[in-house]
Amino acid sequence: MYKIVSAIFLAENIKKIEIEAPRIAKKRNAGQFVMIRVGESGERVPLTIADSDPEKGTITIIVQGMGKTTRELNSKEAGDMISDIVGPLGAPSHIEKFGTAVSIGGGVGTAIAYPTAVALKKAGNYVITINGARSKDLVILEKEMKEVSDEAYITTDDGSWGFHGFVTQKLQELIDSGKTIDYVLAIGPIPMMRAIAEVTRPYHIKTVVSLNPIMVDGTGMCGGCRVTVDNQTKFACVDGPEFDAHLVDFKNLSDRNKLYLLEEKQSSDAHVHVCKLNKTV
Amino acid sequence: MDAQHITTKERLAIPRQVMPAQLPEVRIHNFNEVHLGYTPELAQKEAMRCIQCKDPVCIKGCPVNIKIDQFIKMIAEGNFLGAAKKIKEDNVLPAICGRVCPQEDQCEKMCILTKKHESVAIGNLERFAGDYERESGNVELPEVKPLTGKKVAVIGSGPAGLSCANDLIQLGHAVTVFEALHELGGVLVYGIPEFRLPKTIVKGEIEGLKQLGVEFVTNAVAGRSITVDELLNEEHFDAVFIGVGAGLPWFMGIPGENLLGVYSANEFLTRVNLMKSYQFPANDTPVFNCKGKNVAVFGGGNTALDAVRTAKRLGAEHAYIVYRRSEAEMPARLEELHHAQKEGIEFMLLMNPVEFIGNDQQWLTGVKCIRMELGEPDDSGRRKPVPIPDSEFILPIDMAIISIGNGSNPLIKQTTPDIEVSRRDTIVVDINTMATSKENVYAGGDIVTGGATVILAMGAGRTAAASIHEKLIGK
Repeated sequence: MYKIVSAIFLAENIKKIEIEAPRIAKKRNAGQFVMIRVGESGERVPLTIADSDPEKGTITIIVQGMGKTTRELNSKEAGDMISDIVGPLGAPSHIEKFGTAVSIGGGVGTAIAYPTAVALKKAGNYVITINGARSKDLVILEKEMKEVSDEAYITTDDGSWGFHGFVTQKLQELIDSGKTIDYVLAIGPIPMMRAIAEVTRPYHIKTVVSLNPIMVDGTGMCGGCRVTVDNQTKFACVDGPEFDAHLVDFKNLSDRNKLYLLEEKQSSDAHVHVCKLNKTV
Repeated sequence: MDAQHITTKERLAIPRQVMPAQLPEVRIHNFNEVHLGYTPELAQKEAMRCIQCKDPVCIKGCPVNIKIDQFIKMIAEGNFLGAAKKIKEDNVLPAICGRVCPQEDQCEKMCILTKKHESVAIGNLERFAGDYERESGNVELPEVKPLTGKKVAVIGSGPAGLSCANDLIQLGHAVTVFEALHELGGVLVYGIPEFRLPKTIVKGEIEGLKQLGVEFVTNAVAGRSITVDELLNEEHFDAVFIGVGAGLPWFMGIPGENLLGVYSANEFLTRVNLMKSYQFPANDTPVFNCKGKNVAVFGGGNTALDAVRTAKRLGAEHAYIVYRRSEAEMPARLEELHHAQKEGIEFMLLMNPVEFIGNDQQWLTGVKCIRMELGEPDDSGRRKPVPIPDSEFILPIDMAIISIGNGSNPLIKQTTPDIEVSRRDTIVVDINTMATSKENVYAGGDIVTGGATVILAMGAGRTAAASIHEKLIGK
């Protein structure tokens, strides 16, 4: 069992959870993830590590309540236990001094873009961050992103905070302004990552995305997380999760992620029903 | 009959005792074990068939040289606990091996009776002894030698790791087993289905090791959570045994392999066995809903049969094995093949898939196969399947499970480059000692041999334990 040290909401439905996991805290690098099983009948879900404190022996994850498991996680408070956490898994982000590096996070993807932005800064890059959300109240890690950036931008779909529009438009604007960009990291919903890839493709800017396919073990044993990259099958859990955005078959990823839509809805509805019952009682 | 005073002629007159089993039409609707086990009476009767050869050749057929003649004699005499103890001198997991060993290719193949009769049912008797001991509650813990002060890390809690840990702890070393998954047992829990090996049996065997003092650490992935060098240099283990099993499942590299509904056998079996998705939604992990669907498994090994029989139990309308050679070349155990046939599994032999076909939603709808014929023998000694031109046809299926074997997990190779690996990325060892090219690091099981059997992995674990002991004590 692993103890939750702190759990606070960053925005509606998005929670920052710090968990005791000394081995993982010691070894973890930017870009890596953990598999979590909340309880005994739980599924194993991959979540990227947002931060770690090797001294304290804790890691931090940022979770958006989407399906049953993530909502169950988000209902946890400091002092609660979770059954299993394993990691750090996946290959660490490839970090070097590229020159000017843009780290783009869409929604809860910002939680993953953040540690890589920190690592890019440490490696001596001029770091630009673009932090996108649907609206102002869903913007997370604004302060942290700003601290690590040479230039920090917020975009909201509804214009309630920062730049009115999508992260892709902001990126295009930066390119159009004549800025030399050597490296782009984009993490967020699949349509966003695919759109970013199309923005940078004509300029041949090296662009990396972190993929989120369905996983079971997360250690290379099952092949459920296979993705098509450069027309080859890769396992996101051991070969990734970061890949060259210009070579990823996003359509295949998006299709494969729909595999359990029916079951996810069934689980989720049942969970909401139970939660409502609990509240009523 | 009296076990002491029975003539050879009388022994030979006893027919091989059939182990009671669930009827096929019943068992395809549940995940309970197919075989129900011998009763003490049946076991004694079967044991009396053994003529107690002066030179028991059956022992030579056993990878760990269990004293077969002796334990069978004890069963015949009604000394069931004694029999279990005798087996455990050489094999710590009799209840498991009695179930999953390919006895027909090992001990039973050597049995002298096969010349004129059926062999003694050695596997069934081994299983009986193991089960009897466990169910009696009289599992006697073996003697543990005084502590040596040495500590050994075992990576992987599958058959190789468990047998290695068992021997080392009894020799007085401190042993810590690191397991990547949240549950202990490796392939015994994620791979082999409940209907072939009940998980309570695996749990029981592991409990025994815990009582002996073996420490288990779950959620520890070798090469990620811990590296071999960290175990040796930072955590100060005197030796490391790597028994991580086979790794990444192979795919066929044909078009359409990433369509929705195409699985590796590892994924399908892990979802069902380890994550218990047959109990969805009570358990959170879903799996493809096989009910009323057509499911095809590609491959001819034990894993393929485990997968197809699992699909049948999950309600598949048609459950096919598609195999490119003929029945004679199938690597699966004969017994499992017969079980599968009785359960209504449909065998599409001498056929090879060339392309998976999907609908506009990217869901699998069929597989294009080509018919094969057998040509000259290949490297494996089996006749090589050759495609028959213009014989393609489409088999309508909703789910495909690929079961053509596994490659090696790359994580140890990536993080411990000084361990020599073969061209296939398996770890290279001295087969007499299981020592790798790295000082104080040993390996055994599928990570060395590629996909093989539980008993071979256990044998390797024991060989490694013996040489680790020699190395540590000789120091």
